[in-house]
Amino acid sequence: MTPARADAVFADPLIRMPRGVRLHQDRVRGLPALLGPERALMLDEIGLAILSELGEGVRLSVLIDRLAARYDAPRDEIAGDVRAFLDVMQVQRLVDYADA
Amino acid sequence: MRDLPPPPAPIALLAELTYRCPLACPYCSNPLELSARDAELDTATWARVFGEAAELGVLQLHLSGGEPASRRDLVELVAAARQADLYVNLITSGIGLTETRLDALEAAGLDHVQLSLQGVRAGIADRIGGYRGGFDRKLAVARAITDRGFPLTLNAVMHRQNLDDLAETISFAADLGARRIEVACVQFYGWAQRNRAALLPTRAQVEAAKRTVAEAVRTYRGRMAIDFVPPDYYADYPKACMGGWGSTGLNVAPEGTVLPCHAAATIPELSFQRVTEVPLAEIWAKGPAFQKFRGHDWMPDPCLSCARRDIDHGGCRCQAMALAGDPHATDPVCRHAPHRALVDSLLANLPADDVLPKFVYRR
Ligand code: SF4
Ligand code: SF4
Repeated sequence: MTPARADAVFADPLIRMPRGVRLHQDRVRGLPALLGPERALMLDEIGLAILSELGEGVRLSVLIDRLAARYDAPRDEIAGDVRAFLDVMQVQRLVDYADA
Repeated sequence: MRDLPPPPAPIALLAELTYRCPLACPYCSNPLELSARDAELDTATWARVFGEAAELGVLQLHLSGGEPASRRDLVELVAAARQADLYVNLITSGIGLTETRLDALEAAGLDHVQLSLQGVRAGIADRIGGYRGGFDRKLAVARAITDRGFPLTLNAVMHRQNLDDLAETISFAADLGARRIEVACVQFYGWAQRNRAALLPTRAQVEAAKRTVAEAVRTYRGRMAIDFVPPDYYADYPKACMGGWGSTGLNVAPEGTVLPCHAAATIPELSFQRVTEVPLAEIWAKGPAFQKFRGHDWMPDPCLSCARRDIDHGGCRCQAMALAGDPHATDPVCRHAPHRALVDSLLANLPADDVLPKFVYRR
């Protein structure tokens, strides 16, 4: 899977965590964290929920469906938050988007 | 003096495994007096230190040097660090990393590689690194790293003699498949301080570099992350060195001395403890060198009453030492600092291009 080009905008990207980025349970602080190159982010519940659904790669639409079901929340509301979160992560290459 | 509350847990440990290095960069941050190989910590001691660091709350381990690949036990050290559940980053010049070794590092669980770049062409790169053929070998290693799928950060160390190549440097990183590039202007400690006149960029170069970076951030958005550390001599305020003294990270030198930052040994009044004598947690919590500049109590004015004191923590203690000869002083880079004139006079007296002093190499 080649990471998205800078100018590529996908309506329904396939999302995954690239190699070198992983979830970590921080025992000392009692918090989930995301570890990547030069980065250690402490995650809140929403961030953790989104990132733990990625597995080996998941379509954005499928991810939103799952989270909407899990939190019993309106799909549209979830969609905006999820996309905003993922876009920030993608610019930092902590998640990658691909088309296929 | 009252007791300070216990410090929050550190996030990162920089392990300087060795001072040995095949290169001789004139900006190396290693001390001018290098400790010998037989003083280096052994494999088992490093493994114990990694375990103690993880227990203390460290998440990220940076294996550095010198050249960490100069350690024969590098693969074992990576395995031990992963065993301790640390995120392991290798900071390397690439020299000494063969294909076989990279395979072994991959099997040991190495997470990320940060490759230093001395220049974007063989001529300049080998002249800066003081090592003929170094550039070609680095290029081969870079390809071997990305072929294996390791995430790669290129660490481009920039200064007067290569800053004009910045645009080329950034596209070079992207073509190699780097996920990040760190454009780090030389900071003037260690060997860099000695070579400052040959390395300090001009204001015009710095302004051009800022424009180049801004454009590259747009061009490579989503493909490659770009971090830029401009030379702070041209800034109005100092950098928040280490995110505040003794607040987020610690360094262990090759022979086991624990430092609040890699240049802290340049401050004569500090005394340091060693991992072979005192547990890491105790050094972090109570070590005299760590306590010295924590919080605000040490601050002089103008810092003590400044609105930015929790943003930049009064700047860098080692820079105050290097420029003002006083580690308690406000970082001379700050425009409110009593010593700012020192910085301005350095900037006003840069040598012309044709009379740049020769490098003093790290040998
Ligand atoms: S800065 Fe250069 S000489 Fe110093 S450790 Fe790094 S590669 Fe070696
Ligand atoms: S006076 Fe001190 S705290 Fe204020 S900006 Fe300058 S260095 Fe930072």
